[in-house]
Order: sequence, then C-alpha cells, then structure tokens
Amino acid sequence: MHLLSLLIWLPILGAVAVLAFGRQANTARWLSLAVALATFALSIPLWTGYVPAGPAMQFVEQLAWIPALKANYALGVDGIAIALIVLTTFTSVLVVIGSWGPIDNRVSQYMASMLALEGLLVGVFAATDALLFYVFFEGMLIPMFIIIGIWGGPRRVYATLKFFIYTFLGSIFMLVGLIYLHMKTGEFSLAAFAHAPLSTREQAWLFFAFLAGFAIKVPMWPVHTWLPDAHVEAPTGGSVILAAIMLKVGGYGFIRFSLPITPDASQEYAWLVIALSLIAVIYIGYVALVQEDMKKLIAYSSVAHMGFVTLGIFIALALVRVDGNPDGARLGIQGAMVQMISHGFVSGALFSCIGVMYDRLHTRMIKDYGGVANSMPWFAAFAVLFAMANCGLPGTSGFVGEFMVILSAFQTSPLVALLAAFTLIISAAYTLWLVKRVIFGEVGNDKVAKMKDLDAREWIVLGAFALGVLAVGIYPKPLTDLMEPAVLQIVQQLGLAKA
Amino acid sequence: MIMPESTFNPSDLWTLLPELFLLGATCAILLIDLFLKPSQRDITHLLSLLALLGAGVLVWTGAPAVGQGVAAFNGMFLRDGMATVLKLFVLLMTGLVAVYGRGYMRERKLQVGEFYLLLLFATLGMMLLVSAGSLVTVYVGLELLTLSSYALVALNRDSSISSEAAIKYFVLGAMASGLLLYGMSMIYGATGTLDLAKIHAIADFSANSPHRTLLAFGLVFLVVGIGFKLGAAPFHMWLPDVYQGAPTAITLFIGSSSKLAAFGMTYRLLEGAMGGMQPHWTLMLGVLAALSLAIGNVFAIAQSNLKRMLAYSTISHVGFLLLGFVNGTAVGYAAAMFYTISYVLMAGVAFGMIMLLARAGFEAEEIDDFKGLNRRNPWYAGVMALAMFSLAGVPPLFGFFAKLMVLKAVIDAGQMWLAIVAIVFAIVGLYYYLRVVKVMYFDAPQDDTPLALPGDRAFRWVLSANGLALLALGIGWSPLLEWCYRAFGAQG
Repeated sequence: MHLLSLLIWLPILGAVAVLAFGRQANTARWLSLAVALATFALSIPLWTGYVPAGPAMQFVEQLAWIPALKANYALGVDGIAIALIVLTTFTSVLVVIGSWGPIDNRVSQYMASMLALEGLLVGVFAATDALLFYVFFEGMLIPMFIIIGIWGGPRRVYATLKFFIYTFLGSIFMLVGLIYLHMKTGEFSLAAFAHAPLSTREQAWLFFAFLAGFAIKVPMWPVHTWLPDAHVEAPTGGSVILAAIMLKVGGYGFIRFSLPITPDASQEYAWLVIALSLIAVIYIGYVALVQEDMKKLIAYSSVAHMGFVTLGIFIALALVRVDGNPDGARLGIQGAMVQMISHGFVSGALFSCIGVMYDRLHTRMIKDYGGVANSMPWFAAFAVLFAMANCGLPGTSGFVGEFMVILSAFQTSPLVALLAAFTLIISAAYTLWLVKRVIFGEVGNDKVAKMKDLDAREWIVLGAFALGVLAVGIYPKPLTDLMEPAVLQIVQQLGLAKA
Repeated sequence: MIMPESTFNPSDLWTLLPELFLLGATCAILLIDLFLKPSQRDITHLLSLLALLGAGVLVWTGAPAVGQGVAAFNGMFLRDGMATVLKLFVLLMTGLVAVYGRGYMRERKLQVGEFYLLLLFATLGMMLLVSAGSLVTVYVGLELLTLSSYALVALNRDSSISSEAAIKYFVLGAMASGLLLYGMSMIYGATGTLDLAKIHAIADFSANSPHRTLLAFGLVFLVVGIGFKLGAAPFHMWLPDVYQGAPTAITLFIGSSSKLAAFGMTYRLLEGAMGGMQPHWTLMLGVLAALSLAIGNVFAIAQSNLKRMLAYSTISHVGFLLLGFVNGTAVGYAAAMFYTISYVLMAGVAFGMIMLLARAGFEAEEIDDFKGLNRRNPWYAGVMALAMFSLAGVPPLFGFFAKLMVLKAVIDAGQMWLAIVAIVFAIVGLYYYLRVVKVMYFDAPQDDTPLALPGDRAFRWVLSANGLALLALGIGWSPLLEWCYRAFGAQG
C-alpha cells in the first residue's frame, strides 16, 4: 500500500480541488477540513502499523524518477519521521479549524496553500532520496511565502521576502553539497550518502553546507532574524505551521544529513553548534524578556527552545565520540526529538492563543491587554497551561524534552548542562511575566472587559493542543518507544568514524 | 579534374527535406498572402502554423537513429541528434510566437504578411544554423536569421522606440557578424578548410604550431561573435533596448527561438570546429558566464519595466547556459541544451503573459501593470507565478532542475568557484522574480475590475498549457533530460 504517497498527494490534490471548487468560502472550508481530517486519519496507521523491531525504513516506496541521475522517488519512514508526520497532519487539522473564522478573504487560496504545505511537509519527512527531499524542502517555501504575503500583517511583504530569500540562501548551499555527494557516489539516496567515504576536509565543507541550510531553518542564533519578522506578520495559521512544523525540518535535517553523512566533521565542530545553541537558549531568552509584542515574544521563545534541539543532537556526538557513552547520547537525541514534538504542540498552542486574542481586539501588544482571565476564564485556563508547558513545568511536554537534554549534557559537561538549565529560569521569567501582564491582574481596559470567551471552534483547537501537551508530558513512553530504534541506530552510526 | 567528393548526390536532398519543405511552404505563403485582404490575415496565420507543423513532423519522422548523424552535401549539412532536438523546439517556439502574437499584433495593426514570412524565414535560418557542418553554412544560416530579426524588430515602423531598437540591433548585430566572419577567415587561413569536422581534425594548437597565433585570434573572434549573438556580458548592450523596443511577440521570438539557435551555433563552432582548443574557450566562456550572471542579475533588480527586467534576466540565464559549456563534455552540453530548452519555455510564459494583459493602445510591460493580478484573475496570476518561480529556480518547477543539471556539470568539471558564483547570483535573482509575484499577489490592483481576457481561445489555452508544462516538466523531466543526453551521446 502506498500510504506515504497517499499522505503526500492527498493534501496536494485536495488543494487543487479546493482551488477548483472552493468559490464559496464555506465550501472551501468544509472541503479542506475533510481533506485534512482524512490525511490525519490515514497517518494513524503509520504509527500503529510501524514495527519497532529494527532500525530499517518502513512503508518503503521506490520508483525510478530520473534514471540518468539515479534519483528515485524514494519514500520511507522510521520512528522519528513518523512522529513528525503525525504531528504535521494533526496540526494541519487544527490550523484549518482555527482559520475558519479569522480568514474571510480569499478563503480557497488560503486553505489550498495550507493543504499544499501539509503535503510538502509530509514529503520532507518521508523522502529518503536527497533530491526529492530538497524539492519538498524548497517547495514548501512557496505556499508559506503566499500565506504570509497575502494574509499577513502590515509589514507582510518585507517579512515574507526576507523569509523566502533567507531560507533559500541557506538551502542552496546545501544543494551544492548534495551535488558534490552525488558526484562522489553516483546516486542521491541518503543511505548511499551515509556510506560514502569522505575525507575530513570534504566532510568539513559538507558540514558547513548543511549547517547553512538547516541552521537557518531551525533557526539558530545568529541567523534567526527572519523568524520574528515572519511570525509577527504571518496570520495565526501560518505562525502555527511555521513554529510547530517548519522549524522542525531543520532539526530533522541535522539528524538525517549532518550526523550520518559527516560524522567526523560534526564531531569536530560540535563545539560550535553547542555554543550557538547555548547562546540561543540564554541570550535569546533575555531578548524574549523585553518584547512588547506577544507574537514576537513567542517567536524568540521558539528560537530559545529550538536551541535545546540542536544542543541535544550535538551533545550526543560529544558523548559517543569523546566519552564513549552511547546511553547518554541516546538520551540526548531522544530528548531533542521529544523537545521537537513538544515544542510543536506548545508553540502551536501559544500562537493559537494569541490568535484568539488578536481576533477579538486586533492587537498583539501586551500593554493593550490585562486581566483577560476575568472576561475569558476558559481561555485563561488554557493559556496558563500552555505557558506552564513553555517554561517546562513537570507534567507537561515541555519538561520531558528539556530534562532529557540537560541530563545528557550533564554527563559530558556539567558546565554546558548548567548553562542550558538557565533556560528554566529565563523561560519561566518571560512566560510568567507575559501571563501576569496579559491574563491576570485587573481588567486592563473596556475592550478587554467585553471580550467573549472561547467559542466551540477555538475550544476544539486549544483542547486538542492541550491533550497533546499533557499526553507527552505525563506519559511520553509511547512516543519514545516509537523513536527508540531510529535513535539507537543513529547513536550506533555516530560511533563509526568515516575518515 | 573532378574531385570525387564534390559530386552532387540527389539523395542528400532527402536529408534536407524539412528545410526544403519549409522553404517551399514559405514561398507559397508569400504568394498566397499577396491575394489576401487584411481581414483574411488569419489564413496566413493558419498556413504558417501548418508549415511549422509540417516541418516539425518531417524533422521528427526523418530523424536519424539515436546516436547517429547524417551528413549531406559533403558535410556542409549535418542532421544529428542535437539538430533534431533544437529544430523541434525552434519550430515549437516559433509556433508559440505566432499563436501568442496573433491578437497582439492585430491590435497594433502589425498582423501583416511580413510578420509571418519573416518569422518563417528566420526559422529556416535557424534550422540551417543548428545543422551547419561548415563555416559557410553557419554564416548563411546566421545571416538569414539575423536579417529577418532586424526587420521583425523594426516592424512597428511608426514607433520611434522600435526603430531605435532595430537600428541598434542592426548595427551591433552586423558588427558581431563581421567579427565572426573575421574569425572564420583566420581559421580558414590557418587550416585551409571550411568544414567544421576537418577543422577539428586539422587544427594544430600545440605550442610550436606555426598557426598558433592565427588560431588563437580566430577563436577569440568566434567567442566574441557568439557572445554578441547570445547576449552574454560584456557583449549584452543591445539586448535590453531591443527587448524593450521590439513588439512583445518579436521579443519573445528573439528571446526564445534565437537562443536555441545560438546554442546550436555555439556548439557547432566551439566543440564542432575548435574542440582541440577546449581548455582555452572553456576558460573564456567561464569568464563570460560569471560576468553575465553578475551583470544580468544585478541590473535586473533596478528595472521597473518588465520587458527590460526579463532582458537582464536573459543575460543571467545565458550565463547559466554558458556554464554548461564550461564542463566541456557531452554531459555538459546536454545540460546546457536542457537549460536552454527550459529557459525558452519559461520565457514563453512570461512574454505570453505580457501579451495577454496588453490591449489595443496599452502595453502591459511595466511591472506595476501586474499589480493585484491575483484579485483580477487568479488563474493567470498563478500561471505567471509558475513562470517566475521557475525562472528563479525554485523546486519543484522546471527551472530548478535545469539549474541543477548545469550546476552538476560545473561541479563535475571541478569548477567549484563558478558554481558558487552561480549560486550567489541565483539568490540575487530570486529577489526580482519574487518582486513580480509580490506585485501580483500582495499589492492592491490599480483597477478592481476582472481582467478583460482576449477572445482568442487558442492563445489562452496554449498559454495555460505552457505554464502548466513548467510544473509538469518539473515533476517528470526525466524523458526530456534523457533525450538531451542521447542527442549528445552522453552517458548519464
């Protein structure tokens, strides 16, 4: 059964159908919801049908695409990819529901862009051929460019151009790396790349080519500056997809490309990535503290939290290579992955919360709010839950990933762990301060007093995110079990030097 | 004494059948058109399309087997894989020019018989050019093409901009032809033959060769002439003015079909004749490519006129095309040809859209004329967006894969620095293509009325198909690539 192909092409064909038949806004909405729900339903068997016995790719599909280059339409997933694909299909449903009311202008185009984006994102996570990966990786810029540019805020054109050019810049260097690897191996399959014999020098060049592509996507400090702009200007749905899923593509890329293809260079330059991650965690945390725009605050908080992902991935290298401690490395990568999934839920939920408030008052400034809990008690409950998850309160998903990463970092360098642990204080500071100023306290002004509590649609969205946050926070075992074989294989690969 | 090799072999005429057919058909149309009233010009239009179609069928059916070439008239005329591919696309693009230009030219009172006849003669010239086996055939084909092109640019004789463009084109083009001819004469002097294959065999470029200087100068003149014809920097000065000044249908013709022919000429002259000096001309072309990429992309940013912007973008695409030659193997030429084909298809959509938006007395050639197109007509905004993303080289569109193949050829050749230059300027280029998308999608339209589409249904359908082809070829580009590879006998 071509389940993966179905998951990629169903939303894309759905997008075409929405464009063709969605002249009425409601037709477009219902049709998109049907497509998104169907895609989500189809992604469940991926999880349940996955056999956690071995590290091999499953649900494999292979078709000759360009025989002259030995590039294939090759799909396959392991536990890591499955978790991200399910996150994608899950979030897409919520984005469609969340955009039901707020988007009332050119609805069919908006919904079609979202569905196309969903298909391309699934493609990124499912591709096992580097060229195919690159096509999906770049292709997803187009719908996001349109989403921010048409439905975004006042500075949307600046933000969307910056977003597009910035990310294109990084990934095209990655393309050169891929062509070089093709020259070495004669094919484009990731498995062949992983076994290509590469000298230390070649690995270093390739490592930086990949770093350019993925660091901008994650984004890591100092190439994160496109993200706050894009987030602030994007419509709520765009922000949710951007934070919850698109950023994960960067982390996923590090795991799929940098670690297996350039293990020695990754080890050599792990200090660099770790340092950049720590700067992201601490410095960007302080930057978040002073933001006056809620979306910008959450955007910076995203950068800081994604710092944990890169930290976990590269600390694992140090653990395997220097300390010979594969268990610790397993913990680090596992933690990075849990952090990715958790951040998907938390950031998606927080951006949805801001969207809910923005739909009522049409401002994102913190100073325009205050005492929202008085007029919107249900909303406040959700918002506080997500805020707690953002600061990593035990019992929420935010705690699990960060704790695992810090724990593994401690095994190689207590100093790194200590610095990383600062985040618990800083993120608590900016998140709780935000909650205090926006949700609690006296009612800020008359407009806030008139805000209506959540409607059914918003309930569904926030409720679903809350379920995800709590499920991963209280019982992460199904998730870690799912990813375990893939993580073990990565750790094992890391042990093998190439050059 | 009769030289045995100079005998006339009647079966050679069969090899030349597509060209002879097109010539006959053109002459017939020339006569028929004399008896037609201006209101009956569509008959000429249809006959021209039929002539192109007929020539295409003959090219296709009579194509020699894969990997083989047929030479006629003692090697003056070659019919090989490359010629087949290029001729088919030349005929296709000329057909598109006729289809797209019909309403546009009529509204400007330019849908005259000369338009079609000059197009057909130019096409004939291009077919000769890409099949040329001797310096004479190259020159004859080139002159037939360029003389027709000068006249086409000047077709709108009441427009001072058009006339200025035509004069510039003529003066600079004639100079380029002269330089080319001068180079040819030097090579003839050094080798004593006009036959490209023989030149390849005879030309001695070793350090102690007595003809070394002569050959080197000849080569330089050839490269300069080729640079002029392709519009590669620093020989690009004519291109923006001509693109802007010519009627848009003619701009499309110069930007598409002639580029295919110029590619063929470059291959015939440099690889076909001067293959022995490959290290020298690859270096020259590398410099031209880097300059073209830089100048084309940087100057395009400053343009507010879409035709002028596309002109500078053409210069940058010519740079990419030349990068394929830098590789200097069959794989590189195949990549360059693949790139040229992708470029002409994209140019077809871009200029087609300009003609679609134009009305009588109104040229939609400013970028601002595309403002808010998405609200006025989402379908054609989408078609134009496909062309722009494809020109910028964003996957999954065709233009990306063409760039990929050229970059691969460059990296395979070990010229990493050229690949980096190409990439840096591809990012610069991204900006101005995105600006068009931005204007169409994010800006408010100048007037909110739905777009008044031309009644010509064929034009609209073909343009839409052309736009969707960029997407379709982006997903299934393998057959076309294989075809290009086979044309040069390259191993994938």
